Amino acid sequence: MHDDHDHSHDHDHDHPHDPGHHHDDDHHHDNHYSDMQARVRALETVLTEKGLIDPKAIDQIVETYQTRVGPRNGARVVAKAWSDPEFRDWLKRDATAAISSLGYSGRQGEHMRAVFNTEDTHNLVVCTLCSCYPWAVLGLPPTWYKAPAYRSRAVIDPRGVLAEFGLTLAETTKIRVWDSTAELRYLVIPERPEGTQEMSEDELSALVSRDAMIGTAIAGHASTGDGY
Amino acid sequence: MNGPHDLGGQMGFGPVAPEMNEPYFHGEWEKRALGITLACGAFGAWNIDESRHARENISPATYLSVSYYEIWMRALEVLLERHGFVDGGEIDAAKAMMAPATPKRVLSPEMVAPMLSKGGPCDRPVETAPVFAVGETVRTRNFNPQTHTRLPRYARAKTGVVEAVQGGFVFADDNAHGKGENPEWVYTVVFDGAEIWGEGADPTLTVSIDAWESYLERV
Repeated sequence: MHDDHDHSHDHDHDHPHDPGHHHDDDHHHDNHYSDMQARVRALETVLTEKGLIDPKAIDQIVETYQTRVGPRNGARVVAKAWSDPEFRDWLKRDATAAISSLGYSGRQGEHMRAVFNTEDTHNLVVCTLCSCYPWAVLGLPPTWYKAPAYRSRAVIDPRGVLAEFGLTLAETTKIRVWDSTAELRYLVIPERPEGTQEMSEDELSALVSRDAMIGTAIAGHASTGDGY
Repeated sequence: MNGPHDLGGQMGFGPVAPEMNEPYFHGEWEKRALGITLACGAFGAWNIDESRHARENISPATYLSVSYYEIWMRALEVLLERHGFVDGGEIDAAKAMMAPATPKRVLSPEMVAPMLSKGGPCDRPVETAPVFAVGETVRTRNFNPQTHTRLPRYARAKTGVVEAVQGGFVFADDNAHGKGENPEWVYTVVFDGAEIWGEGADPTLTVSIDAWESYLERV
């Protein structure tokens, strides 16, 4: 404690390269962000005054991801893949085009790949380097997907991660983890639950959670959230 | 760069702790942060790779302790300042004080739907044929650039198999630094868990990355 105290008083004097100096600068800088609400409002005000942004455009972006682009899109892709073998093949060959045929395309869905769970292989998607996520079919990523715990562990301890989502796979099940390091975006096609042969696509899509399309759940089971 | 963002295989962050039925936004500011980030991207002054690199350059202690929207906002302020749109002092004062650089476009409400549905495709033709073929064994290079790269540390100097040739894409490592798009072939390369993690690795695990051609060498 005493050292910290000293550092803060060295600030303006004869130790320009003292680590304490940097510490103080960081600390000072961090004060800007102690109230994110205020900081972001200030930025929006400045950008608006300069004519660089239109707040109504921002409203539109928010509304899009609150009401139109979310995991229900992906669920409809999965339900169709379960019901329509031709669509399933198309999804394997050219996921971007197949998904686009249902009206889901665009930002963070430009280069889609569908990966299919099988009886012996479970797929799990992560972005260890940032927050890459297939927005066009799943909407905005949940906080946990972007946070260090998931990003660090999905590639080294996927079973431990899955257990935290309440999913325990057979010991013999192979786990394939897809690290989204380039611009390809991955959608997991979970296995169709048993006893669903008579269901319509709409009924089937209700069984497909957001987590099942990331790989942290399986279809027909609990998810941590599904969006709208 | 070997920054705080390169998280694969790090330990000590605790359980994943998903929030049940998490709302899309925690507080009004996250909504504005999303919208402002996308609206400023429309200026056309920087690309997604430069944005990612700005986020990676946030100091490690901060990067690992703040929310992702805060990471976005901190990096956005850096980009806005770097490209002459806003000065940090203006944000402190919540008041415009200098004339900004001229953006290529200002996003109007009418432009939002077309912009989002068009996205930003980054596949590009590559003039040469792919060097590697599906099924070929390759080794990732060992390098530690101080600049942007999308080859994670855990996957450097590792032997894997090319599973797919995914097409030509803008080379992020160059594009992040204004060196041009210089497209290269991208491959999905899959590694056994034991090749990456060694002793004690989950024997059922395979991990793949998407690797630009210059990340790879023949074995």
